[in-house]
Amino acid sequence: MLNIPKRKTEKKRLNVLQKKPEKLIDKDDMRLDGRKLNELRPTKIEVGVLGNADGSAYIEQGKNKILAAVYGPKEVHPRHLARPDRAVLRCRYHMAPFSVDERKSPAPSRREVELSKVIREALEPSIFVEYYPRTSIDIFIEVLQADGGTRCAGITTASLALADAGIPMRDLVAACASGKVDGHLVLDLMDVEDKAGEADVPLALMPNLNAVTLLQMDGSLTIEEFEKAVNLALDGCKQLYTLQKEALKSKYVAVKEALDE
Amino acid sequence: MPLFYEKRQLVTPGDLLAEDDYVAGDNTYKDDGKIYASRIGLVDYEARKVHVVALKAFYVPYVEDTVIGKVVEVTTGGWIVDINAPYFAMLRASDVVDRPFKPQTSDLPSIFDVGDLIIAQVVAYDRTRDPLLTVREPGLGKIMRGQLVEITATKIPRVIGRKGSMVSMIKRETGCQITIGQNGLILISGKTPEDERLAVMALHKIEEESHTSGLTDRVTEMLKKEKEGVEHT
Repeated sequence: MLNIPKRKTEKKRLNVLQKKPEKLIDKDDMRLDGRKLNELRPTKIEVGVLGNADGSAYIEQGKNKILAAVYGPKEVHPRHLARPDRAVLRCRYHMAPFSVDERKSPAPSRREVELSKVIREALEPSIFVEYYPRTSIDIFIEVLQADGGTRCAGITTASLALADAGIPMRDLVAACASGKVDGHLVLDLMDVEDKAGEADVPLALMPNLNAVTLLQMDGSLTIEEFEKAVNLALDGCKQLYTLQKEALKSKYVAVKEALDE
Repeated sequence: MPLFYEKRQLVTPGDLLAEDDYVAGDNTYKDDGKIYASRIGLVDYEARKVHVVALKAFYVPYVEDTVIGKVVEVTTGGWIVDINAPYFAMLRASDVVDRPFKPQTSDLPSIFDVGDLIIAQVVAYDRTRDPLLTVREPGLGKIMRGQLVEITATKIPRVIGRKGSMVSMIKRETGCQITIGQNGLILISGKTPEDERLAVMALHKIEEESHTSGLTDRVTEMLKKEKEGVEHT
């Protein structure tokens, strides 16, 4: 018999004063920030925000604020990392020292190194890496303010930065988490829900190809719950995807509309 | 065999463009009989071929392209040139120096030094090796004067216009000499700084509004107004 741990992995309490609220979801199925169970946080996305990077994007999802920048394809440094048959994709997920309520050391933590790898692997299937051999594509994700679900928001943003850099892609990648909080399945967990809840399921999707590029789970869910959670997250990804497309097109649409007037 | 978008409609990577009998052109790909966009751009199709005119892309070298590059390194056998592409380009010393070229006696930095800007032509490129350049054609070589403007490489065809209509109009209106590098760099040299300023302005306008129609007329109008000193709104 498989021994499934009942509790979620202990997540570090960053602020001792921040107590777990007694109820995360009230009797009208309303969440702490007034959202419904299957509602995303208010999301604002902007593309092409940085002048020096080849491509960039910025997201505000609830209290999350994340910047992504992309360089490349360009010559690989150090040279020995270059692959003769494809471009190498390198990714750095980093949280700014001021992104959480107690200063975080700017050195990459174990968690950040892991997330960098996970994000890279979630984005790689969307890119035609074989088109530009012997080059590298570098992705930088900088979390300016964190409030849960930053890996997903990071993927959503980085995918736009890649498109903005003009890198040929199979599809955009949209990512979103769902989870279980106070016995309810909810979409797009914020920090409190993530830490106090029973489970969370981050998922990344290429919506047009209907292909999942990231699926993780922390905590415990029954098989039925898991299926429901995945469907909920898929739905969230599709909502984010429409926002992504709008953000990517907005600059060009604005120019055109100004001329039509 | 349906088509899902009209001509000149804006699409983003992953958008399904067509199904079945169509052929995937530039900036698209075919998977399981379906054609998707792989870059943000405007859809276009001729006969059976569907392609996307990219609004954002980097320069990929192509043989016979004229490019503007910057020398980043002088080696014993030639120069390494940054041509704004995923790969650095090589310019061989034997291409510039009268043969026979002897590495011991030739002073390569006196010909092109690090930081020099050159106009060159791509003679060979196949992705497995770095592109090779030449300066042995009239009009190529070191840039001595002028202003450089950088725009997205995919918008160069728009700057040139149909049969060169756009660029010849800018030349006529501003009296500047304009050399277009296919890699997105454009050299402008005019008689006065004011002429150059006008040309730069026109180029930036083209870059910004490249995805709209009737652009040549609007640029002409803008240049005429500017020349008269009328405030353009």
